[in-house]
Amino acid sequence: MKDILQELESRRASARQGGGPARAAAQHAKGKLTARERIELLLDEESFEEFDMFVAHRCTDFGMEQNRPAGDGVVTGWGTINGRMVYVFSQDFTVLGGSVSATHAQKICKIMDMAIQNGAPVIGINDSGGARIQEGVDSLAGYGEVFQRNILASGVVPQISLIMGPCAGGAVYSPAMTDFIFMVKDTSYMFVTGPDVVKTVTNEVVTAEELGGASTHTRKSSVADGAYENDVEALAEARRLFDFLPLNNRDRAPVRPFFDDPARVESSLDTLIPDNPNLPYDMKELILKVADEGDFLEIQKDFAGNIITGFIRIEGQSVGVVANQPMVLAGCLDIDASRKAARFVRFCDAFEIPILTLVDVPGFLPGTGQEYGGVIKHGAKLLFAYGEATVPKVTVITRKAYGGAYDVMSSKHLRGDFNYAWPTAQIAVMGAKGATEILYRSELGDPGKIAARTRDYEGRFANPFVAAERGFIDEVIMPHSTRRRVARAFASLRNKKLTNPWKKHDNIPL
Amino acid sequence: MFDKILIANRGEIACRVIKTARRMGIKTVAVYSDADRNALHVQMADEAVHIGPPPANQSYIVIDRILDAIRQTGAQAVHPGYGFLSENRAFAAALEAAGVVFIGPPSPAIEAMGDKITSKKIAAAAGVSTVPGYMGLIADADEAVTISRQIGYPVMLKASAGGGGKGMRIAWNDQEAREGFQSSKNEAASSFGDDRIFIEKFVTQPRHIEIQVLADQHENVVYLHERECSIQRRNQKVIEEAPSPFLDPATRKAMGEQACALARAVGYTSAGTVEFIVDGSRNFYFLEMNTRLQVEHPVTELITGIDLVEQMIRVAAGQPLPFAQDDLKINGWAMESRLYAEDPYRNFLPSIGRLTRYRPPVEGPTPRGGIVRNDTGVYEGGEISMFYDPMIAKLCTWAPDRAGAIEEMRLALDTFEVEGIGHNLPFVGAVMDHPRFVAGNITTAFIAEEYPQGFQGATLDDETLRRVAAAAAAMHRVAEIRRTRISGTMDNHTRRVSDDWVVSLQGQAHAVTIAADPAGSTVRFADGTALRVESDWTPGQPLARLTVDGAPLVLKVGKIPMGFRLRLRGADLKCHVRSPRQHELALLMPEKAPPDTSKFLLCPMPGLVVKIAVAEGDEVQEGQALAMVEAMKMENILRAERRGIVRRIAAAAGASLKVDDVIMEFE
Repeated sequence: MKDILQELESRRASARQGGGPARAAAQHAKGKLTARERIELLLDEESFEEFDMFVAHRCTDFGMEQNRPAGDGVVTGWGTINGRMVYVFSQDFTVLGGSVSATHAQKICKIMDMAIQNGAPVIGINDSGGARIQEGVDSLAGYGEVFQRNILASGVVPQISLIMGPCAGGAVYSPAMTDFIFMVKDTSYMFVTGPDVVKTVTNEVVTAEELGGASTHTRKSSVADGAYENDVEALAEARRLFDFLPLNNRDRAPVRPFFDDPARVESSLDTLIPDNPNLPYDMKELILKVADEGDFLEIQKDFAGNIITGFIRIEGQSVGVVANQPMVLAGCLDIDASRKAARFVRFCDAFEIPILTLVDVPGFLPGTGQEYGGVIKHGAKLLFAYGEATVPKVTVITRKAYGGAYDVMSSKHLRGDFNYAWPTAQIAVMGAKGATEILYRSELGDPGKIAARTRDYEGRFANPFVAAERGFIDEVIMPHSTRRRVARAFASLRNKKLTNPWKKHDNIPL
Repeated sequence: MFDKILIANRGEIACRVIKTARRMGIKTVAVYSDADRNALHVQMADEAVHIGPPPANQSYIVIDRILDAIRQTGAQAVHPGYGFLSENRAFAAALEAAGVVFIGPPSPAIEAMGDKITSKKIAAAAGVSTVPGYMGLIADADEAVTISRQIGYPVMLKASAGGGGKGMRIAWNDQEAREGFQSSKNEAASSFGDDRIFIEKFVTQPRHIEIQVLADQHENVVYLHERECSIQRRNQKVIEEAPSPFLDPATRKAMGEQACALARAVGYTSAGTVEFIVDGSRNFYFLEMNTRLQVEHPVTELITGIDLVEQMIRVAAGQPLPFAQDDLKINGWAMESRLYAEDPYRNFLPSIGRLTRYRPPVEGPTPRGGIVRNDTGVYEGGEISMFYDPMIAKLCTWAPDRAGAIEEMRLALDTFEVEGIGHNLPFVGAVMDHPRFVAGNITTAFIAEEYPQGFQGATLDDETLRRVAAAAAAMHRVAEIRRTRISGTMDNHTRRVSDDWVVSLQGQAHAVTIAADPAGSTVRFADGTALRVESDWTPGQPLARLTVDGAPLVLKVGKIPMGFRLRLRGADLKCHVRSPRQHELALLMPEKAPPDTSKFLLCPMPGLVVKIAVAEGDEVQEGQALAMVEAMKMENILRAERRGIVRRIAAAAGASLKVDDVIMEFE
């Protein structure tokens, strides 16, 4: 009997070794942790329960039958993050390069199926050389099975991908369909075709880092949502993100104890808006001063800076924030900003996270670049996302809300629950100068007349009261009381119930 | 007594004068430029009058604008503060002509002391010790050499009309005297339009010590002892104290009496300051007399208990001084730190902008028996404007002795929260811990000698680090426990927060074990020693007030992954608190070199170049404005990401640029 128990221990020890000390050392030399070390840092101490430790592949081609390591290059199981359940898989680059075989994929599918059934998020740690070529189509079938589960899990449980090594070819499409992608600077990359193929096909010479490194995907492609210095930091931030998310789509946004007065007055907000309407200010200051404890986790910080997206807590509860940023492109909406914010709004709506929208938008960015790029349909994504969202929606207009962009930014007309405006708000079809130049085209030759007309227009529309008279603005609020007003608004919406007409699914302009 | 006075100034000094006037039951009138519409002094005054556009030469120093404001409001007297019109003889004379009282000295006294050569002659005649030197006009370089030899090297060549270090040269031999004469003369001509040069003895190990005098219209003149202002950066005072740690009673008395003699000689009334330079052997020499209230007057007020502004107002109203010289004792020690919106990490480059957070320490008596006073003209959400002196506040502390005043200052600085702009708070914090400063062994060259490469942040000693480590561990544990109290946890499988942590800061790792109880935490180090940490800090608070083994510790706390950004005593630390296993794995992570910021300034958005703020060949500091680009009708200032020299400017004002177009290139 004792021998049998010992047999288990020795098999476990061998499986935990992964590719062995030499490969682990090589992994460390690259500045990377091993699959199990990553799980250790991701989960609460001693909370990890492993599945399928002894699964081995069944391939018999190319001498593979000689090499059947336990676990088959991926560690799977479940554990907790601050006591909340999560399923996790972590590809082991030290075992067959973390390559995906049919059995490797099977292991991932098993925990994904359980995650969907049991209502807990999935975190995938990607560090894989790609398909296991020796298995041919079996490997591709494995990917396909994972993709299908990513799709089914989408909107059911949050899915987070941590790219901590190579992720190339078809493999990229699994993380691509998850909700958030974090990358590690310098040691991770993602691309559909690598630098060698690029060179062969297009003669373009590019490094893996330039083609698909963390910087590329957080700044240029917007594939990734955050980039971190190293594995340790990325895993710590993944834990932080996890704490903002509900476990599944039937759960509520999580709440935790908070040490901040919901009625905190911030007198400095009364001077946030500069006297000169053409001067920018930092919208992040407002976000930080509204948030509990000034804590803000920004999503896609380095992409489309003209719109800010991320999570805060108000009275301990997660809230998604979408805010125009006057510091970048005057806070206008463009293709990138619309796509970025639309995806974020849809995530929040899918998982019952209330949305706070802070508006200072002069309109859509004009130009051929935008029109040729399809700003019509991309802009419509954000409009669509806000309009279909049934979660609590609170909006504060701080300054400009011009034209169609006013409608888009969670306006009353898109079922905004609370639409507040600061006294500095200007809600109009366009800026006073532009409006006058259209309305009084015949007087354009007379700057004096035009200036007077502009002043008239400003007097009439450069304020929140016209909209407030119509009930499009529920209340004009003092900037210094924004936190209190927003907190009370969300508090009053805790039991909000709103359903859209039955449909198979909508047809958002993708 | 006056019913209403006008304060012809702005910022902290206007606020300070208003406070005293209000206490005396006198109504106040503020004046303001466009840039100061929402300024604190305007809010504090009973009335406020707009006097013009932001530049001072179109508002605060335009005599007619002030006279208009006086006429509009019926103010009976004017307090000029410091700077602006405070030492302008024409202003004092214009007020006299208008029948309005100038709360300051009579205009002839201002005039007499306004010129460096004249004032020195008058001082010498009044028996005031002056630096050996030659007052007359110097014809040429040969004469300069002859005079220099007579005085004895080293000598200083100075522009008569000079100030701020311009037109000043030190010569240690004939050749330097010859060259220095010519270059001083040229510089003086171009800077002041007055190329008169004089030569005097160059004082070694110089300390700047000044005497506060107060005189009424009834021939009473007293001195309120000295202030030492040796901590200067490029002739700008940074830290002042009273009394001086260097003077003995005999020297103090001699200096005080000479200062009074000078005041008498020029028929002085009101508050004034006689500045001396004091050498290593306590020889003192007259420098100049400032015929106004000094910036650093609060330290004198703290050690004498006398409100100088009140006395200025009373004297101006013709009242006699209510005290005699013998009544004026030195009580305790006072320190002043001038907080400037100058970024010490960027070579003290002015940093203008919005104060997103401004929380000064609590004023008044401290738990340790000291006093904190903060003179300021700003508020949270206010703006530090490019048009005026970038002073944020004057933070003063008092205690019975110098060591106590320094300790109060350290705590007050640690408690002082200023965010949104760069400021010199870390720098003055570091000076308060500098052994040479603590020993009182200072000269006017202190900053140049001790921080020759500029300021890179203070390094904390091991004992302080241990205290910080213990505090961080206890704080981290509290924050982690809160994280486990989230909704949706698995019943019976909640996370148990460990007591074992490793704190990494300033390159050291401290393994600790925390034993927590309701009153605090006992943090035990690997060597068996322990520190007791108590605090009411809760996660998210930007300021942690703790006691570590009974002694106060104040930390400015920011969040970073797995730890805190901690600021105290001029240090800015990344502090990681990790479990032993997390720490072990973190050690495997590679050290990364700071990212190579590009040698190009690229246009971050499509837009129009409005202005290029630098020229080819210019040396620029990190954070310096390089160009302004207008996009979507917004003006965006592009700043240097690091220190460098401009090699080439590729875009001119008026150019329309696309994203990532090159604006300029650095070497």
